[in-house]
Amino acid sequence: MKTCLIVDDSRVIRKVARQILETLRFTCEEAEDGKQALEACLRKMPTVVLLDWNMPVMDGMQFLKALRASSGGRAPKVVFCTTENDMKHIQEAMANGADEYIMKPFDMDIIQSKFSQLGLL
Amino acid sequence: MKQEDYDLFATLLKQRSGLVLGRDKVYLLESRLTPVIRKHGLKSLEELAQSIRSKRDEPLLRDVTDAMTTNESFFFRDSKPFDQFKDVLLPELLRTRAPKKYFRIWSAAASSGQEAYSLAMICAENAAQLEGWRVDIVGTDLSSEIVERARQGLYSQFEVQRGLPISYLMKYFSQVNNDRWQINDSIRRMVTFKEGNLLMDFGPVGVFDIIYCRNVLIYFDQPTKTRVLDALSRVIAPDGVLFLGGAETVLGLSDKFKPLEGQRGMYVLKDRPNSGMLPAKEKEAPRASAATTTSPFVVNAASQQAVR
Ligand SMILES: C[S@@+](CC[C@H](N)C(=O)[O-])C[C@H]1O[C@@H](n2cnc3c(N)ncnc32)[C@H](O)[C@@H]1O
Repeated sequence: MKTCLIVDDSRVIRKVARQILETLRFTCEEAEDGKQALEACLRKMPTVVLLDWNMPVMDGMQFLKALRASSGGRAPKVVFCTTENDMKHIQEAMANGADEYIMKPFDMDIIQSKFSQLGLL
Repeated sequence: MKQEDYDLFATLLKQRSGLVLGRDKVYLLESRLTPVIRKHGLKSLEELAQSIRSKRDEPLLRDVTDAMTTNESFFFRDSKPFDQFKDVLLPELLRTRAPKKYFRIWSAAASSGQEAYSLAMICAENAAQLEGWRVDIVGTDLSSEIVERARQGLYSQFEVQRGLPISYLMKYFSQVNNDRWQINDSIRRMVTFKEGNLLMDFGPVGVFDIIYCRNVLIYFDQPTKTRVLDALSRVIAPDGVLFLGGAETVLGLSDKFKPLEGQRGMYVLKDRPNSGMLPAKEKEAPRASAATTTSPFVVNAASQQAVR
């Protein structure tokens, strides 16, 4: 069973992402910020994390660094999904262990295309 | 819409681009020709038809034809044809073209250039092996506007996220502004874009080792598909490979090409040599006899000019 942890402080975005990912046959879990996401991962690592950048409490970049440093934390694929759409942010994300990067707004085509490149579909 | 107007548009499109406009697609005329109607200071489809009939003004005919083409494309579309290029064909090209260190690829019906640039990026990824080689990638399309777009290599944020891995975006693109990305000069220099109509004499284009002609035959009727496939067979290397789109085939349409066994979407000449790229391992099925006589690829000058 493939699982996806959707991390975004916007309930609307989480809902849209969830619909798309369930269509792609992922079992989804949601988190509102990086801290909740990290706790969820430490309970059980998902197949993939769809990760917003700007969030209260703990942002996406802090989460990514903490995840990659934790035991078993290199396993999940991490796909950023953020309004940050400049080369600097993309480079920073990839340098810190992200696997793919989606610039919002996104749709089913984009998620499908990125996930299939990562061999997740 | 009046039958005579429908007939006029259907004939014009069929002659100029090969597009078959079914009666059920009339709504497409409405939606796609509205900008053309406005641009030429007209008011309605009816007026447009009238103007075409009375003036046969080339720029107007061209705008109508262009507006009715479907230009959708994306990077690494369907991924498989690009994996096949990288994994199956590139090694064969390196082996068989070693004496001249030169090969040529044609993206026929290139639209906004994603197919040609995807191939160029694959070559760039394999630059070490291609050191000292010359690779020509040519992209052609009917629509001059789309050819210009392809040349510029400018894509929206949406377009660079469909099919393009983020690592390629980082390596081969620069951000122009908030929503626009441009493919780098190093890749742009590898590709030449030109206007070209698949229904007309290709002119002195030379010979191509690989041809991508994808998602364009679907718009044509059977005799037109056959005619285009015949024309392609005349500019492909004897051991060359033709790629068609996922919904396209040569079966029942061409006595020149046959599917390459075990490689979906790839087609080779029926009378290809036993040496060269991807030589046949066992004896291939005997050549089918030329059942139909195909018309020679002649250009009817009148058909490019005007609609009667
Ligand atoms: C759907 S796009 C396919 C683009 C690309 N090959 C792909 O598969 O993504 C079809 C393109 O064919 C072009 N086209 C249509 N009729 C043509 C013709 N007779 N000669 C050359 N190009 C044509 C259109 O302008 C359009 O850009």
